[in-house]
Amino acid sequence: MDNTTISTRLTEQFGARIQRFDSHRGGDVVAYISAADLIEVATFLRDDEMSFSFLENLCGVDYLGRTPRFEVVYHLLSMKNRVRVCLKVGLDATNPTVPTLTGMWQTANYQEREAYDMFGITFTDHPGLDRILMPEDWVGFPQRKDTPLGYEEVAFTFNQAQIDAHKPFAKE
Amino acid sequence: MGLETKAGDMGVVTTSLETVANWGRTNAMWPLLFGLACCAIEMMGAQGANYDLSRFGMEINRASPRQADLIIVAGRVSRKMAPVIRRLYDQMSEPKWVIAMGDCASCGGVFNNYAIVQGVDEVIPVDVYVAGCPPRPEALIDGIVQLHAKVERMKLDGTLRDRAPIHV
Repeated sequence: MDNTTISTRLTEQFGARIQRFDSHRGGDVVAYISAADLIEVATFLRDDEMSFSFLENLCGVDYLGRTPRFEVVYHLLSMKNRVRVCLKVGLDATNPTVPTLTGMWQTANYQEREAYDMFGITFTDHPGLDRILMPEDWVGFPQRKDTPLGYEEVAFTFNQAQIDAHKPFAKE
Repeated sequence: MGLETKAGDMGVVTTSLETVANWGRTNAMWPLLFGLACCAIEMMGAQGANYDLSRFGMEINRASPRQADLIIVAGRVSRKMAPVIRRLYDQMSEPKWVIAMGDCASCGGVFNNYAIVQGVDEVIPVDVYVAGCPPRPEALIDGIVQLHAKVERMKLDGTLRDRAPIHV
């Protein structure tokens, strides 16, 4: 099975609902779809004879300044046919929401929690959408491009005393 | 061969309580079994046969903070880990000491960002900083020897005796 077969079968099944196809340097097929079609497309890819039975990767991306701003990327692997396919779902900046895939692949659970933790993307019907990496009381979503880095000034001899003066040193 | 040949048949040795207490503290200082990142690998190396930390009475890593005197913060401290380290430190019984091992634990190292505490001294008070990324076992052992020198200067009320002046 090659890339053309995958894109042809997807076009036959969904037509214009696949917004466009892409392929980075002739690599795996990338299909851009909308959030509303995600469950349907993923179910088709899994249950069709193409048999994309394994969700390899799920992550969020923030393209600040672009519309749509956010993107959720899914990589599916067909172990039977030894091919991969990539699904990309664009999400708007104000309310990035996408349906969960935990019902289809258990592995989506933690990966969606990570995407929520880092980018604030909401996965509807997720069984427990909590922070997974950052502390529970963390404010903000650290991997969004507009989050400040929160770095500390680098200490040299000339500004060492100045930095130490406002650094919160611990007491006994 | 040992002390008995040096002491002859005196039977009694006089010394100060302070010296005996500090002698005991330095020669049986049990570290907490606690590593955070790659520095912990060097710490394990220091405890292994080649470098043999047990020469300094530190062969027993205690898995419980209540039995440990020393916490070696070996690695980067994330903001999520910081309260855990503080709790471990609070659970250790007095007197207790802290070594910040490596650049990350000392000042944040290369991880100058939102997720890493910029030096574990923001969370717990540090006695000795060991530089290096990661420090070699020799460096850690030197840090421990420095800490022992500090403990030997400790008075019974917990304050530190002045260091002997260094004449150059």
